[in-house]
Amino acid sequence: MSYISNTANQSQEMLAACGLSAMEDLFQDIPARLKPQSFNLPEAMSELEVHRHLKRMAGKNATNLTCFLGGGYYEHFIPAAVDAATMRSEFYTAYTPYQPEISQGTLQAVYEYQTQVCRLTSMDVSNASLYDGSTALYEACQMALNATGRARIIVDGGVNPIYCKILESYMANHAEIKLTKIPAAPGQAQRDKIKAALCDETAVLVLQNPNFFGTVDDHSDLVEKCHKRSVLVIQLVYPIAMALLKTPGELGVDIAIGEGQSLGIPLSFGGPYLGFLAATKNLVRKMPGRLVGRTVDRNGKECFVLTLQAREQHIRRDKAISNICTNQALCALRAHVYMSLMGREGLRELAGICHARAEFAKERFKQIPGVLVLENAPTFNEFTLQLPKKADAVVGELVQRGIVPGLPLGRFYPEMENYLLVAVTEMRTKAEICKLAESLESVL
Amino acid sequence: MKIIFDKSIQGRRGATLPQLEPGIDAQLKIDKRYLRAQPAELPELSELDVMRHFTELSNRNFGVDSGFYPLGSCTMKYNPKICEKVAALEGFAGLHPFLPQLPQGSQLTQGALEVIYELETLLCEISGMAACTLQPLAGAHGELCGMSLIAAYHRGRGNTDKKEILIPDEAHGTNPASAVGVGFVTKPVPTDPKTGRLDITALKGMINDHTAGIMLTNPNTLGIFNSEIDQVVELAHSHGALVYYDGANLNAVLGAFRPGDADIDVMHINLHKTFATPHGCGGPGSGPVCVRENLVEYLPISRVVKKQDNTFALDYNQPKSIGYTAPFYGSFLVYLKAYVYILSLGKQGLIEASQHAVLNANYLMNMLKGDYELPYDRRCMHEFVLSASKQAKQGVHALDIAKALIDRGFHPPTVYFPLIVKEAIMIEPTETESKETLDAFIQAMKEIAAAAQSDPKSLNAAPVNTRISRPDEVQAARGMDFNLGLQNE
Repeated sequence: MSYISNTANQSQEMLAACGLSAMEDLFQDIPARLKPQSFNLPEAMSELEVHRHLKRMAGKNATNLTCFLGGGYYEHFIPAAVDAATMRSEFYTAYTPYQPEISQGTLQAVYEYQTQVCRLTSMDVSNASLYDGSTALYEACQMALNATGRARIIVDGGVNPIYCKILESYMANHAEIKLTKIPAAPGQAQRDKIKAALCDETAVLVLQNPNFFGTVDDHSDLVEKCHKRSVLVIQLVYPIAMALLKTPGELGVDIAIGEGQSLGIPLSFGGPYLGFLAATKNLVRKMPGRLVGRTVDRNGKECFVLTLQAREQHIRRDKAISNICTNQALCALRAHVYMSLMGREGLRELAGICHARAEFAKERFKQIPGVLVLENAPTFNEFTLQLPKKADAVVGELVQRGIVPGLPLGRFYPEMENYLLVAVTEMRTKAEICKLAESLESVL
Repeated sequence: MKIIFDKSIQGRRGATLPQLEPGIDAQLKIDKRYLRAQPAELPELSELDVMRHFTELSNRNFGVDSGFYPLGSCTMKYNPKICEKVAALEGFAGLHPFLPQLPQGSQLTQGALEVIYELETLLCEISGMAACTLQPLAGAHGELCGMSLIAAYHRGRGNTDKKEILIPDEAHGTNPASAVGVGFVTKPVPTDPKTGRLDITALKGMINDHTAGIMLTNPNTLGIFNSEIDQVVELAHSHGALVYYDGANLNAVLGAFRPGDADIDVMHINLHKTFATPHGCGGPGSGPVCVRENLVEYLPISRVVKKQDNTFALDYNQPKSIGYTAPFYGSFLVYLKAYVYILSLGKQGLIEASQHAVLNANYLMNMLKGDYELPYDRRCMHEFVLSASKQAKQGVHALDIAKALIDRGFHPPTVYFPLIVKEAIMIEPTETESKETLDAFIQAMKEIAAAAQSDPKSLNAAPVNTRISRPDEVQAARGMDFNLGLQNE
């Protein structure tokens, strides 16, 4: 199946107009010694064949699982209108709105998205999106290093370990940047360890709420401590939880970031996702990525345009504050449509349902002999269980029965091989929670 | 048009939620001190309100499905609809990325792992490279990954002096920022004004023991293929430097040139350009990185391997790897569409795609070079760069021409890039456009060239047929109005 419009006759006419007779003539700049040594690819497939082929491949993936996996990536219901609105091809076949006169749709949508993120996090300014939450952490750290002129990053033990790994691999190229990792432990941020780690070269402290273990915290004391020493604070947040929890803005955090996948973006086997980043007003010129501003046109009519582009790679080249060019505009649009549908009350109610079901699950799992629910502090919709045996073994067994009970933590923390991280969203019914409890009882 | 928040009506709802079952306590079990003081002021709308709002916004946009979009360097080709249909399959879209990392988990995602393995294999054959990772999330992210690989390679050999990356001034805008992002210092290599290609004599004078690598774009941003690329590679290798190939322009050379055959060490491919995945108002993209044998051991983790029993698994045991560059396996649903595209076109279809892309560009260039200055008057590949220097004498600049094209129903080409051409107009028609469309565009460009002589002021006023005229960008930067404030602020 080819998507070329021109017929053979038209191609010949066009070649003639160029003074050429054959397609090969167009490639004369490529010398014979550089011609492909091989180009061994399959023959074309019709649309029907390719659809059948891919449906067969999709069928090899498990879709009927009862899944309690989270770890920063959550299965939430996506209203049909999210797809209907974002699959309009005026959106998905457009590019970056470089020509504002014919891109007001994108530009206004981004401005509105920036507003949604600011309202969710109580921050001053949001950018137009970044690749995902983990790369947003890297960009936020760059911002903080840049703004403070200092070299050390302190990462709390409650920060998602995958995010830490990504930060470490980028930092490997910058010997001048130093990373202090507070050891991980379920529960709230370990104040004493963080305070001991703070020093004059600290640029930024990275916190997460709820943290990777599901624990909810109030970081205001840490923010205050950091600001006294002119240390910036990055807080990584779960957007659905933001409908209920104290916001980064309320806490006085400098940069709020997060993974926007929960806002109407399917789990998609890891991507594309959505990184959001919002900051205080004074950091706006240090922000990476696109930014849309409201202005007026020549006739004084309100309109929207990409702005502060002097920060960006295509203008500043090697002096740019980030190399990011492509972002996640369509994913940000999904999040925007999702938040518009949920609305002020809907998102709060949804967060309440997730929390209530998770609390029900905690109570139920407490009744299982040998199982410990780690709860020295409140949790939102995810919590850590200590099992009487290796979580890997339990998960391995239950997966065979179509139940994924959660994420075994030994993979990230060798000392936690009996720990299981369980997430409950609105997708999991009471019956499914009870079924998981019974299954756990049967294998423990 | 009203901003969505201004349409909000208190108490209106746009989504229904499930009820809690009897026996589940709705009471919040989180102390008040952890809770936000006020609810987030998201808009309150019905589903119909939301659909009308976004439909109206979409009417203020222009995509490839709306009309001709010859945005140079961006490869705005048609996005086949079958790709969207496949990406929506629950067996792909619904998969949790942690599944294959669980014990017994890889059996739950064999189809997805197979897509990764097969697409990596196809991209290796297309590029002539030894191995591929689909992890990078966009082209610039691929550059960052590729630069990290070069850094790791030199570290692995104790080449501590190698700190410089040489970048031709005709290369892509992201290249210098990507090299700097990995801790390199960049130096621009000039373009030979006669050939429009990298000045190899200048390069010879610049390359030395501090050179870690060279970043090449071929064909370059002028749409010119550098037939000496193998000599550049040889020169780099003789100094222990590696060569990065920016694959942003791969749509010009499918089946006609493979970077691997020229001994390129590392490259990225923009799937949202060459392999037709939608640009989505600016993303998401996907920027797989392909490498030669010498860099395979440094590729990011995890990697997908095919086992002896023909099943697929994730391999994290890569001691020399640069580590994680993305949380999981890249933009899966994006590269899935590229996989569908490659299977649909097949070998011959891919070859023809490049042929028609190059033919369309040459046709446009030949038809327009009488009316606009063509700084490098030679055969082009998939794109070419005109200059509005003739028109500028009448006070009509590249930007005016761009806006006048909008009035005539076209998305403008890229303007003022590449920086090495004054008043640049960079045109990339892609293979999917028909002769009729190209002829209409030629007609419009000719009319604009004529108007530049007869009535230049009319072009300075463009666009006049759009919902807004040119925005005040100074006011935007000064006003710093990035979001709608709350009323109580």
